[in-house]
Amino acid sequence: MKLLLRFDDVLLRRGGRQLFEGLDLALGPGEALQVVGPNGSGKSSLIRLAAGLLRHERGVVERAPLALADDNVALDRELQLCRALRFWSHRPEPAMEALGIAHLADVPVRLLSSGQLKRAALARVAASGVTLWLLDEPLNALDADGVDRLNRIVGAHRASGGAVLAASHQPLSGDWRLVDLAQ
Amino acid sequence: MIGALIARDVRRGFSGAAWLPIAFFLLVATLVPFAIGPDARLLGRIGPGILWIAALTAALLPIERLIEPDRADGVLDQLALHGAAEESVAFAKMVAHWLTFAPLLLVAALPGSALLAMDGRSLGRTEIALAIGTPGLAALAVAVAAVIAGLPRAGSLAGLLLLPFAVPLLIFGAAQALALEAAVSLLLTAGAPFVAGAAIRATRT
Repeated sequence: MKLLLRFDDVLLRRGGRQLFEGLDLALGPGEALQVVGPNGSGKSSLIRLAAGLLRHERGVVERAPLALADDNVALDRELQLCRALRFWSHRPEPAMEALGIAHLADVPVRLLSSGQLKRAALARVAASGVTLWLLDEPLNALDADGVDRLNRIVGAHRASGGAVLAASHQPLSGDWRLVDLAQ
Repeated sequence: MIGALIARDVRRGFSGAAWLPIAFFLLVATLVPFAIGPDARLLGRIGPGILWIAALTAALLPIERLIEPDRADGVLDQLALHGAAEESVAFAKMVAHWLTFAPLLLVAALPGSALLAMDGRSLGRTEIALAIGTPGLAALAVAVAAVIAGLPRAGSLAGLLLLPFAVPLLIFGAAQALALEAAVSLLLTAGAPFVAGAAIRATRT
């Protein structure tokens, strides 16, 4: 089985503080992994390291092409939502439909609520067409319907051979393996 | 991706206040006759230098909008995940910045030269010098914008960083030593993407 993400004995230091060491992870097609741990334990840093946006000090990190949704929406605020999403993928419509924001297609991004922005960021990931998704606190600002839709797109993505790495201190529904950074 | 980024940045540049640096440019050209008096001969002689000072300040104005908003909003991160090298991103931003301020500046130099009582020959030479020098100025602006991205009080720091590096452009541009000016402009344009690329990577700590 070809792994989509692999950490081998990884040590990460940020600002002179060691966040974790000797961390091993393996994520193959169809799998989902949730990073848990108290505030400040390095969940977001782990996600950014997996994305290649941070450098580790020791160990090996290998990754497949991936998409990331974190607190930064990365959509042009003055553009209509549909046009803003189209900068990142050619056909965002199915993903917008799946996340329940299709009716907001013509609304400028700056007018969206934080929950709608979260859905837009998730739609950007869902429309990316890559196999590995990295989600940092995907439940933040989502309402019950949003959580429901997130679970559905994650399920569909895994069923089609994709993998998901999520950092969240709230429980995610479905079958997730856990990595606890508190230990 | 890079072509799309240039198109996006040009659109953002023009949808924002693209006229502001140009208004600033003309304002500086307007203030000088008030400051030194309406002596047409004197104004005509110092005119090219004044236009260069005005161009420098105009290039400095939008510097905080070049890199920082995209860093803060995660656009730079997403571009990296899409496989765009930071150097390519910086180069795209240089091209877009040049497109949004330089052509307008060259047009604004026409009324600017009239305010400074410059004759046609002097205007023509200054236009050529500005056309050669502005790519270097745009490159410098993007490199400095990347270095200061995310710092507090970045705006005032920008001037301190940019202006000394712009001195060679200013000297050769105002003296109309076009070959030397082209060399400096080329050096800045070639070097800036690597400086800006390294600075963008360094913001990810």
